[in-house]
Amino acid sequence: MVVRPEIEREFETQDLLLNVGPQHPSTHGVFRMVMEIDGELVKDVVPYIGYLHRGAEKLCETMDYRQGIGFMDRTEYLAAFNAELSYVMAVEELAGLEVPDRAQWLRMILCEMNRIASHLMFMGAFGIDVGVFGTPFIYAWREREAIFDLFEEVSGDRMMYAYFRPGGLAWEVPVNFTERVREVLKAVNQGIKDFDGLLTENEVFIARTRGVGAISAADAIDFGMSGPSLRASGVPLDIRRTEPYLKYAEVDFDVVVGQNGDVYDRYLCRLQELRESVRIVEQCLEKLPDGPIMPEKMPRMLRTPPGEVYIRTEAPRGEYGIYLVSEGGNRPYRLKVRSACLSNLQALKHMSVGQYVADAIIVLGSIDIVLSEVDR
Amino acid sequence: MPKGPTQLDGHLVAERLGQALPGIVQRSTDEWVEVRPERLQEALRWLHDSEEFDAAQLSNCCGVDRHHHFEMVYHLQSLDLNHQIVVKAIVLDHDRPSLPSAYPVYKGALLQEREVYDLMGIEFEGHPDLRRIFLWDGFPGHPLRKDFLGIGAGLTSGLARFPYEDKTDPDRIMNPPESMRAAAQEPEAGSQEPSPEWRGEQHP
Repeated sequence: MVVRPEIEREFETQDLLLNVGPQHPSTHGVFRMVMEIDGELVKDVVPYIGYLHRGAEKLCETMDYRQGIGFMDRTEYLAAFNAELSYVMAVEELAGLEVPDRAQWLRMILCEMNRIASHLMFMGAFGIDVGVFGTPFIYAWREREAIFDLFEEVSGDRMMYAYFRPGGLAWEVPVNFTERVREVLKAVNQGIKDFDGLLTENEVFIARTRGVGAISAADAIDFGMSGPSLRASGVPLDIRRTEPYLKYAEVDFDVVVGQNGDVYDRYLCRLQELRESVRIVEQCLEKLPDGPIMPEKMPRMLRTPPGEVYIRTEAPRGEYGIYLVSEGGNRPYRLKVRSACLSNLQALKHMSVGQYVADAIIVLGSIDIVLSEVDR
Repeated sequence: MPKGPTQLDGHLVAERLGQALPGIVQRSTDEWVEVRPERLQEALRWLHDSEEFDAAQLSNCCGVDRHHHFEMVYHLQSLDLNHQIVVKAIVLDHDRPSLPSAYPVYKGALLQEREVYDLMGIEFEGHPDLRRIFLWDGFPGHPLRKDFLGIGAGLTSGLARFPYEDKTDPDRIMNPPESMRAAAQEPEAGSQEPSPEWRGEQHP
């Protein structure tokens, strides 16, 4: 087709810079992105982060190992047990501590319950992103409250638990712990059914999410993605399966993978993972042994020999790694938190370019970012 | 020495890497392999492409300040073969550290290297968008360095004082001038309360 110059001039368009955030309800925290848009189409996305940077890594260098646990809670407040777990496992690996069986099973239960709470939070926030106002958020909050009540009974706090210790747990769980977990699981099962009925086969929801923000498996790996966002592209990478920590080798669960790597698959993966988590917790409750929760001989001041270790675990958002360097003494020489969200965020531009502006928002929602983990 | 559960033996990686690219390995232990910093990209590219190691993903990259030099640590992983490789590169120049970027090999280095640049001050040659990521432009110094705030030899954590920022050269840390320090320590009599002329910033 030959386009005459005057017509070309008549349709000359100008790209617009659109600022989203840092205080915008759909950015899940203080996140700012500048989109270059051509009409309704996104041409470029530049993320700006750092509004929540507190220097947790630097602060940990000044504290001894047990004081660092509290900072790990605050790096990922939606799944604080999973964050603590990586940290205490890294310290245990360096210090050569053996964790008693009961403590390992209890850690597993708590981490999986926290994964459920975190994924429920995703369902609620994502529902609002795609425009189902109110209902999913209330559904999510209802079940999440039940889980948080349980966590409060166990650790004394609703979000910042500081309950895991290098070597085991801070104290024994309440006597009616298993009954309470079963009660909560019953509520969670109902919640999963509600979400399934509300969103999975909802025509509007499918129209909004299917085929949006697709990323291929090769690209997702190259960008360093992990967790459900990577598995939605069809890569069965689950650290619980590939390098089992705690007692994950002894329980039976499936690694959920998607096919297309689009927003809908990322939602579906998380929904299915909720069911898998429930399965894991039920098996844990059956296998939960009696016994001590801390090693018999713990030093009063925890010191580690010089060395370094990189421990990673499967947090709800992906690979949460701790790279811990020690030069002896009772505090880390260098602590690096490998944030799953930061790595997933790297693919944001790749996923959003060529989509509509409204879809860029749900792409951001679908990788489930927690800004405190991105900024640390 | 502690080692991750699926981490490969560094000696093995070093042997194969040395056969393919002679002279690239500087040192190796059972945990990691250390390559020549100027040939880092070449080493990563080879590990990424080789069928034996298949290091498809850059899982983590991190800088460590060792007082007189920097260490960059790359944790690579293979998803098909399920193992991890730890590659290190030493940056000897502590004043102006710089290293080839891993971005041409792994796109996952995009924000992670910006983070290292921001907090540790290592410049990556060949990075497409090397800006500060967490802190604002003009923030004095790089906080994860052991000598942050100009406290010598890195023996303290560097959190004791807040810097007096040099406006003309934001990257430089300097101590407050003597007069200002004296004024802060010995307030004059009656100077605790604002003087009567002071009416606030938004007085009509």
